[in-house]
Amino acid sequence: MKAYAAIMCCFLHVPLLILALFSVNSSKFTVWEGFSLRWYRAALGDRELLESAANSLIIAVVATLIATAIGTLAAYGLWKRASNVLSSALYMSLVTPEIVTGVSLLALFQWSFRFLHLRLGMHTVILAHVAFSVAYVVVVVMARLRSFDKSLEEAALDLGATEFGAFYRVTLPYLAPAIAAAAMLAFTVSIDDYVITSLVAGVDSQTLPMVIYALARRGVNPMLNAVSTMVVFGLGVMVLVSERLRAK
Amino acid sequence: MKNAFKAPAWLLMVATFFVPMAIIGVYSFLTRGGYGGIERPFTMENYTRLFDPLYGVIFARSVSIAAVATVFCLLLGFPLALFIARSAHKNFWLTLVILPFWTSFLIRLYAWMFLLRDTGLINTLFHTNLPMLYNNGAVILGLVYGYLPFAVLPMYATLERLDNTLLEAAADLGATPLRGLFSVTIPLAMPGIRAAAILTFVPCIGTYLTSDLLGGSKTILIGNLVQNQFTTARDWPFGAAASLVLMGVALGLLFMAKRRGEELL
Repeated sequence: MKAYAAIMCCFLHVPLLILALFSVNSSKFTVWEGFSLRWYRAALGDRELLESAANSLIIAVVATLIATAIGTLAAYGLWKRASNVLSSALYMSLVTPEIVTGVSLLALFQWSFRFLHLRLGMHTVILAHVAFSVAYVVVVVMARLRSFDKSLEEAALDLGATEFGAFYRVTLPYLAPAIAAAAMLAFTVSIDDYVITSLVAGVDSQTLPMVIYALARRGVNPMLNAVSTMVVFGLGVMVLVSERLRAK
Repeated sequence: MKNAFKAPAWLLMVATFFVPMAIIGVYSFLTRGGYGGIERPFTMENYTRLFDPLYGVIFARSVSIAAVATVFCLLLGFPLALFIARSAHKNFWLTLVILPFWTSFLIRLYAWMFLLRDTGLINTLFHTNLPMLYNNGAVILGLVYGYLPFAVLPMYATLERLDNTLLEAAADLGATPLRGLFSVTIPLAMPGIRAAAILTFVPCIGTYLTSDLLGGSKTILIGNLVQNQFTTARDWPFGAAASLVLMGVALGLLFMAKRRGEELL
């Protein structure tokens, strides 16, 4: 049984490990030649990659901040008084196929441009990312709220705190680890998204996944192995930290 | 005041979920205009066209590929879920299974392209020239690889709560371990297995990226059809109809499962 589980975990992890291995291969081809960091140097010196990575970071940071704020407030509001319609909408936004979310947002933006003098760009990508990551935040913060003792907040109210004061000084500190975990999750889903982003991005808002996609399409490119390894490693650390925070 | 906390989320959901869906809904009954625009008159044609053999084949292919991938996920995932449920290091194994799910789906597909390409690692290593990429098999492999965690988690959740004394009772009464598995464990784990099947099937049928990168020109699925209509083909009304049908299938399955009291998520 253990051997089987080990094999399955190999199936899940080995393809990425192989990428990592070949990212430090000096050969341009898929044959092992020797250790070299040349592809990392190439990747870190590539303008298109760097610019798109900067775009991705800006989008992910802004979208994460907004989504975390909206999602945390919503989770708290839902915990105080449940709303079936809002929960269902959040749930549906979570399970709608990405491609459908993408085209529906594209249709929304193009339709709104009839009235607004705007074009597809960073702002549309950020709005799309907030839209699809907010449900993740709600789920994570909600889970933490379930273990929150209501009487703590009631005590604060009895002692003269305003409703907002009680939330800010009692509930929010309790939720802090979950909020941090939720933010990291929102960040990973944002920085990683290709399907929705590629539909709502403009010419000036190429993201890292869009460049990765284009490179993957073009053919074997050892530089892409280096980029992939860096992204997977970064995201992996983030997810592990997020899991840790949630388990607290 | 109590609703003020929810107000931003309401606003967001109305603006980015309900309104876009309404727009897609209206578009799906309109006609494609010249230069890819959208015009009246209202028509049902976009929906009837979906049942055209030309497009019906895409639907059938999507359903069958998603079904095959789901079966593989269940068969491969069940023993894994069972092992984790009985393991002393549950968290370690669970993290191993979930971790790849959160790391870039795009890059994980690229990893398979790197392995399966004509000039990829496997062909280079074995000095072969097998065309492994760009076919249905590669898409199914990509889906199983991508969504295996979706199958493992719900099955693990039910198996973990399973009362072990039942199995011991079966063994005491002379059941072999295999008999115990098929007469006790699997029947009791059925709710988890059903949830796993739905949670895997839904993303598989809605997939776009997997078939786009690993599939060939003949592996067009519903997701690719939708994307194509909104970009290259510029037939938004038809794309809108296809995406609504896709969403209907996905949400329909999930809500059916929810009403039967299955635990999802």
